[in-house]
Amino acid sequence: MTPKCVHAIRRALWLGVALISFGHLPTAVMARPQGEQVAKTEYLVTHDPVGKRGGRLVLSLRAEPKTLNPLIASDAPSREVIGVMQADLVHINRASQLTEPSLAKSCKVSKDGLEYAIELRRGLQFSDGQPLDADDVLFTFRVYLDETIHAPQRDLLIVGGKPIEVRKVDAWHLVFRLVKPYGAGDRLFDGLAILPRHLLEKPYAEGKLAQLWSLNVAASDFAGMGPYRLKEYVAGQRIVLERNPFYWKTDAKGTRLPYLDEIVFLFVPSADAQVLRFQSGETDIITRLGAENFSVLSRQARGYAMTDAGPGLEYNFLFFNLNPAGAKTSAETARRLAWFRDVKFRQAISAAVDRQAIVRLVYQGRGAALWGPATPGNKRWLNTEIKHAARSLDRSRELLRQAGFSWNAEQVLVDQNGGAVEFSILTSSSNADRTKMATLLADDLKQLGIKAQVVPMEFRSLLDRVTQSKEYDACLLGLASFDADPNSDINVWLSSGGTHLWNPSQTHPATAWEAEIDGLMEQQLVAKSFSERKKSYDRVQQILDENQPFIFLATPDILVGAKDAIGNFRPAVLEPYALWNVETLFLRSSSEGVGK
Amino acid sequence: MKILRRKRGMLLIGLILLHGIVVFAGFFAPYDPAQQDRERPYAPPARVHFVDAEGKFHVRPFAYAQRLKEGAFDQYEEDRAARIELKFFVSGTPYRLLGIIPGRLHLFAANNGTVNLLGTDGYGRDLLSRILYGGQISLLAGLLAAAISLLIGAVVGGFSGYFGGWTDSLAMRFAELCMALPWLYLLFGVRAFLPLLVSPLKAFLIVVITIGALGWARPARLVRGVALSAKERDFVRAAKGFGASHFYVLRRHILPQTKSVILTQAAILIPQYILAEVTLSFLGLGIPEPAPSWGNLLSSLQQYSVLASYWWMYLPALAMVPFFFGYLALSSALQEERRAAKITL
Repeated sequence: MTPKCVHAIRRALWLGVALISFGHLPTAVMARPQGEQVAKTEYLVTHDPVGKRGGRLVLSLRAEPKTLNPLIASDAPSREVIGVMQADLVHINRASQLTEPSLAKSCKVSKDGLEYAIELRRGLQFSDGQPLDADDVLFTFRVYLDETIHAPQRDLLIVGGKPIEVRKVDAWHLVFRLVKPYGAGDRLFDGLAILPRHLLEKPYAEGKLAQLWSLNVAASDFAGMGPYRLKEYVAGQRIVLERNPFYWKTDAKGTRLPYLDEIVFLFVPSADAQVLRFQSGETDIITRLGAENFSVLSRQARGYAMTDAGPGLEYNFLFFNLNPAGAKTSAETARRLAWFRDVKFRQAISAAVDRQAIVRLVYQGRGAALWGPATPGNKRWLNTEIKHAARSLDRSRELLRQAGFSWNAEQVLVDQNGGAVEFSILTSSSNADRTKMATLLADDLKQLGIKAQVVPMEFRSLLDRVTQSKEYDACLLGLASFDADPNSDINVWLSSGGTHLWNPSQTHPATAWEAEIDGLMEQQLVAKSFSERKKSYDRVQQILDENQPFIFLATPDILVGAKDAIGNFRPAVLEPYALWNVETLFLRSSSEGVGK
Repeated sequence: MKILRRKRGMLLIGLILLHGIVVFAGFFAPYDPAQQDRERPYAPPARVHFVDAEGKFHVRPFAYAQRLKEGAFDQYEEDRAARIELKFFVSGTPYRLLGIIPGRLHLFAANNGTVNLLGTDGYGRDLLSRILYGGQISLLAGLLAAAISLLIGAVVGGFSGYFGGWTDSLAMRFAELCMALPWLYLLFGVRAFLPLLVSPLKAFLIVVITIGALGWARPARLVRGVALSAKERDFVRAAKGFGASHFYVLRRHILPQTKSVILTQAAILIPQYILAEVTLSFLGLGIPEPAPSWGNLLSSLQQYSVLASYWWMYLPALAMVPFFFGYLALSSALQEERRAAKITL
């Protein structure tokens, strides 16, 4: 029996159950909301150009997803796959960067900014045909907030130190209550997949939830509200998704979305192999491209189009180890830590960096030089008031002189005690771009008489050194926010945050400026208007610019490619760059553009 | 016999010349290998002309200046108006021969512009200079590691062959263990134990010592075989009969017998270890940037975009070919000679 038949039968069964229960079996009705008619499905109607049904899309993932469980997924491949199988209450439109209702029909904020009243769309079903109601939402938030689950989203649901309170009003209405107003508002709900209570409640009670929904899960044990559902997983090769026949969006003509029958994610371990697969036509869309591969593909484009969507949200930066010297720190390291703590030293390094060269040589001009955490792609939040001086080795030398450094006869920079200034720069060995950046940086610093040694290292051990053992000098890393809102990076800027990389998880802010940033970030978190929030965040950007805990370098453009046959393809600078509107993607002619 | 010797001599002279070019890289290379020119990433090899665009012949070879095409990242065009003459035996970028003797004299240089005969890499560094300097590291690594291996091999092999018994069993079981070790993974391990800030020199020594110390097993087994048969020879028995000490016998009678085996092994091991260094640096475990070695010059080829777009990035691989050819030809010549010597004996 083909899967399609199974769905048809399941659907018929469910309809049958619903009808019978209404007419004759009041006990069965008990399971349904009291006094509620079997609701007419309240579809969400999209306004994208109308496409046509059928076909399949093949993409490649750099690694196998670790899990299909949205509660524990933190790696990019898992998020990418889960993203097309799950849905949230309120969603950020990746093109406009504004929120729009999703599973919720409406989301109303009370005047004091503390209550969000959510009304669900009626008549929606999970991908296994079971109905969605307020109990599922209630269950979902209970699980996300459960400390024992360790969901990465939990932090976002704790506003003002208290978890969000969720109250069910009736089967379609819920109220979310916060103790403090939340600046980013309903962006909070984006990415929080609503989970099927009927499948997960029992494992949750047994404490097995975190182990659930691994890649080997049977398709029948898996359900979501997204446009696709699990069909097949072949270890080491691919994961195949099929269209969710119960999906709740339609196009302007009333055709139920999504258009495509299947989505196939192939596991292709390297970026270069991904390029080859795309070039040979085996995959239909390629994202997360490097500039070099982008230009290779652009040069030989046949049957596909390459798009430069402009600077994304990723920011790459160098930072120095600003942790206090501990008891175990050697004298040699302590000597280095003293240089790094001097703000003039950091400013001098920043002034010596040739950011334009990084953009040109690393990103082949497909990127932008950066002086702060908000990239040019983040237009709403970028503080345009901060002025940036051009690269100047003279200013850099002047700053170093002021900080007490000098040059010896061989033009080597030495500190007050006559010790040569030498340090290592860690980079992730799997990221060629950042290693290249570090090599350019080392050459910039050579002109100041500083010997910087680039040390490429496996990413896990690098993170361990930076956040755990804290044995390093400097490190070159990149962060990519999933949202343009500054709250998505709050853990980077708060001195208590785990990703406050230069000196993580402090109990008390180590410096006055870190304390000020803490205050400003808290302020913008509770401010009610955008302009107030912007004012606070502008000041944060200014403090960062003055103190240079991060020496910001550059941001790459979001580069994607897609076959010409794919309709409605509109890449965005927010993740997921290409698949954010997967439900409206379609194939113009089903004979071409279909992967093997 | 004479023909064989002459063949060996010619090969040796050829190899010495090749090494000479690399040893005197400072003189032969026109630029500093680490100097970046950020305006010229991936510039293709310059074409050397004698006849200019108007058909006029020039005695001095020259190249046209390369200019980035408007808005392009790696597309260059020749500027026919700007002729850059190559001058020979001129002074240029300062360097140190063998790391000691300072010099400024270069075989050739372009005084009014930059000419990259073999093109540039992604940082605009001159590839010819990098190949020449890179050879210093790769060849030295091969020679040093081979010396270490042969030294350990000769000593262990000589002792175990000569003394036999449990010394022999112990040494040979240990040699087998060493041969079974996956050296690549061992190096991964060694690298992980090291502190972060490793100077290129230290990293170089670590690589050399590790690959050298791991490769002693094969020469040791060969030397042992020779020593085993040599100790049964009449003159060895005679020497012993006259009361010669073990050390004397080993030094005077056994080890000289192993000379041809050791030489042949050297000619096989050196290219093998050069290749080992190249492999390690290719994987990013060897000599770190910005110091060049043949391995890390090739490592940019791991990126498909480089592989597909810039053919001159393969040239470091081509530079190895004459060296490998020379060493392998030498080893077969030595082997032939050994066989011939056995026949005439």
